[in-house]
Amino acid sequence: MTRRERKKLQREEFVRENGLICLENVSKSYSTGSPALNGVSLSIKPGEFVFIVGDSGSGKSTLIRLLLRELIATSGNVWVKGHNLNKLRHREIPKFRRNLGIVFQDFRLLNDRNVYENVAFAQRVVQVPGREIRRNVPSILATVGLAGKYKAKTKQLSGGEQQRVALARALVNRPSILLADEPTGNLDPKNSWEIMKLLEEINESGTTVVVVTHNREIVNAMQKRVITMRKGVIISDEEGGIYIDED
Amino acid sequence: MKISTFFYTIKQGFVNLFRNKWYTLASVATIAACLFLFGVFYAIIANFTHIVKNVEEGVSITVFFVEGTTDERMEEIGKLIAGRSEVADLNFVSDEQAWEDYQQDYFGDKVDEFIAGYPTNPLEGFDNYEVYLSDVSKQADLIAFIESIEGVDFVRREDGVAETLSGFNLLLSYVSLGIIGILLAVSVFLISNTVTIGISVRKEEINIMKYIGATDFFVRAPFVIEGVMIGLVGASIPLVIIYNMYSVVLEYVVGNFEMLSQLLDFLSVAALFEFLLPISLIVGVGIGFIGSYSTVRKHLHV
Repeated sequence: MTRRERKKLQREEFVRENGLICLENVSKSYSTGSPALNGVSLSIKPGEFVFIVGDSGSGKSTLIRLLLRELIATSGNVWVKGHNLNKLRHREIPKFRRNLGIVFQDFRLLNDRNVYENVAFAQRVVQVPGREIRRNVPSILATVGLAGKYKAKTKQLSGGEQQRVALARALVNRPSILLADEPTGNLDPKNSWEIMKLLEEINESGTTVVVVTHNREIVNAMQKRVITMRKGVIISDEEGGIYIDED
Repeated sequence: MKISTFFYTIKQGFVNLFRNKWYTLASVATIAACLFLFGVFYAIIANFTHIVKNVEEGVSITVFFVEGTTDERMEEIGKLIAGRSEVADLNFVSDEQAWEDYQQDYFGDKVDEFIAGYPTNPLEGFDNYEVYLSDVSKQADLIAFIESIEGVDFVRREDGVAETLSGFNLLLSYVSLGIIGILLAVSVFLISNTVTIGISVRKEEINIMKYIGATDFFVRAPFVIEGVMIGLVGASIPLVIIYNMYSVVLEYVVGNFEMLSQLLDFLSVAALFEFLLPISLIVGVGIGFIGSYSTVRKHLHV
């Protein structure tokens, strides 16, 4: 067995025992002010759908940035798919990130390109051959309901449609984990529900979904696992939970 | 790297050039303006240096021998002098040759009339070497060496010319280095600013690429190709302008100021471009490469 195969096995064993995402007593401090995260521990199993809720400054965004390995924990360990992110070298980050799909509140699409090019771009970046790109992109656009709009420029689309393009781009490389940071923050209730339904379908097909949100109505209606954060600590972690208010 | 990725990267570099037309134009114009100024200064300085060098090469010293020195010893002394690095050329002038030259220089058409007064060669025993220097500033060292050789009586020198020329050449070198240094510093500053503006427009794109899992190479390569292309075009424009401008000016000077062109030996376009062409292309491409490479680097730690 090669060293690489041995490491892969070790990571799979770690995931089985500790979860796909595992935080052990994680703290994160910036140069000024109180810590953004303070001794956070949590575990998310493969195939789970988890909401992370909390007010501004509760540490949700810091948590997402730690999972993306955009930040490094000040103390404690962050494990994603068996990788200890504290020990990940700079050149290993691109390969690690290919396990993740990410969706933002502001969509972050390339507005000078059309729908097809935005999604194909994600495959180009990870060096998928052109033949496969031409097969995969129409298929994923059909999944998010945009098959007929592949030629449209992103600026011509509604907010809901733009978020679907962002979702297609996040999913086209078949990530194990989908991180959604306020995916409905810029959408009306109808579009918000459609996006959440899509996320649920994606989760049902086996992808682990972590959604950071402020949307109380959706959180309460969907009856998923809800992790509530306040001032950098987890104050509640409940299966089938509800949105807990500040007071 | 996969072949498809290689071609994609190249294509993206070119696509970026046209996608950001105004940024591309601004960058090309900045590089072109800086390299145009560089080229003009270089043309002036190269011509000055060339003219000074020509004058320098005409400066010689004359070595005379102790009375009774044998021909063999003179030949040995000639070999010793020729072996010195500061010597460009060496001519042996026998006393007969020296007298003939003298007659031609000073008696002209009335040789027969004047020569009657000299029944024998008045320059007899004045065999000598005319030594031409490759570097006039080293004249004093060479003379000290020659005077120390056994059989050498004295050395006639042209101190004034040598000092003036080497002093002028040194001053010219300092001034040209200063001007070129300032020009390069200004161009690096301007180009760095232009590239920073161009990159900040595409910071979002770089961020998205990094979140998706692009390697640093994949993110950087199209920007670097774009930078190199901008540098190449930016360097080519002033080269074409200077080529045509210099040819016209040279033709005008030679055609209208005959005296000046006879007195001063200007560099040909080919000789000027022998150095200017590669250096401008290297500087243009180098600035484009370094500018884009280092500026993208700042945005890679996402």
